[in-house]
Amino acid sequence: MNKLFPQSFLHPVPYIFAMEAVIGINFNDFSLIAADTHAVFSIIFVKNDVDKIYTLSDNLLMGVIGEAGDTAQFAEFISKNIQLFKIRNGFELSPKCAALFIQRNMADYLRSRTPYHCNLVLAGFDKEKGPQMFYIDYLATLAELPYVVHGYPMMFTLGLLDKDYRPDMTEEEAIKLMTDCIYEINTRFVGSLKNYVVKKLDANGVKRLPDICVTKPKNS
Amino acid sequence: MARRYDTRTTIFSPEGRLYQVEYAMEAIGHAGTCLGILASDGIVLAAERRNTNKLLDEAFSAEKIYKLHNDMACSVAGITSDANVLTNELRQIAQRYLLQYGESIPCERLVSWLCDIKQAYTQYGGKRPFGVSILYMGWDRHHGFQLYQSDPSGNYGGWKATCIGNNSAAAVSMLKQDYKEGQTNLDQALALAVKVLSKTLDMNKLTTDKLEIATLTRVNNQTKIRVLPHSEVEELIKAFEVEEAARIKKEKEEKERKQQKEKEKSK
Repeated sequence: MNKLFPQSFLHPVPYIFAMEAVIGINFNDFSLIAADTHAVFSIIFVKNDVDKIYTLSDNLLMGVIGEAGDTAQFAEFISKNIQLFKIRNGFELSPKCAALFIQRNMADYLRSRTPYHCNLVLAGFDKEKGPQMFYIDYLATLAELPYVVHGYPMMFTLGLLDKDYRPDMTEEEAIKLMTDCIYEINTRFVGSLKNYVVKKLDANGVKRLPDICVTKPKNS
Repeated sequence: MARRYDTRTTIFSPEGRLYQVEYAMEAIGHAGTCLGILASDGIVLAAERRNTNKLLDEAFSAEKIYKLHNDMACSVAGITSDANVLTNELRQIAQRYLLQYGESIPCERLVSWLCDIKQAYTQYGGKRPFGVSILYMGWDRHHGFQLYQSDPSGNYGGWKATCIGNNSAAAVSMLKQDYKEGQTNLDQALALAVKVLSKTLDMNKLTTDKLEIATLTRVNNQTKIRVLPHSEVEELIKAFEVEEAARIKKEKEEKERKQQKEKEKSK
């Protein structure tokens, strides 16, 4: 089995794909997260400028997709708890600890009456270990991976990433790779996801890069 | 007058005192002494053992020093049953943190968490405070080796060397004199611990069964907590006795020399 494939495919509870996309890619000295900007209700786009990438702290970035209210609620809950931790302890949670914290909360909520249905990509910058990327889904699977995609677009992009990804890519190459992924989604996926927010996390913190907007399919 | 206020933990006396809390501190003043010294390459905790009876089963070799989690240990002075409740609580707090964040709890966080519990027992009705002072030694990646002390009121502080329990004031003042900041290594700290305890405990001669010593060091990026076996404690005591005998002899000779001189002068 491909080691990059999430464990939840083997889980007795089926993994439910979303019609949204969030892509995270980790490199030697920075990580990139891109997420589509569409809010969907039934068959309607309600909004096309939603930012689904949350800045949790100076060294943590989280892309969230899933059930409409749950995503914002869960992201806020995590973000505020991580800030509270910083105030209480005088230092920030390391990315690894933050990932475990999120997973633990997800696992607890999964077994409660009010589970959150959202899938996350967590990018963190550790002073010693450099950038790190984590896959977390609504079944509380946690894995540290070089690249993570959530939603149906996972099926179209992972292969591309397997082929083209290199950890030593420059920022320019990285954005090119991200753009290729996004165009691939728009070539084959029925869901029309046109616009993407892109954020970069490195030693200097979080930076929002220009949006990637798909005007027409690559092959037309 | 005081009687009206000292039956409750929660109520201030007209002089602004909480008698039950003060009594709890008093109780610790009678308990076996515990001493902690921070060294450049580790920490030492030393405790006096009171329950020494030859009929006592030695299954419990460590009586007063408890390991809390991978990176911390503590020693207690006060009511042992109260202390058992608190160490149990400390271990649970540490494990809960480990479960949630996947790494050992930072030292100060554990100490302050327990102190919140201790403080609650001085404020909410119908309870007496815990009659326990605790010395904590630990290591974390934020501040390295650390030594903390907490008392029944819920106060806590970080120390380079300190002492709780019987005769602790005398021990603290001795430590103040003899502790050399930043120049004490673990071996010197051990020697200092034995020296201070032998001079402050109510006994003529230190014995191994009355003394419990533990050290915390870092080996290969891992914390190592070790309770010294009898043989090593014996060695430390012997080394101290030799040094002490030499010192006494030297003093005696000095004295005699002085007397000699004075005699010669008077002649």
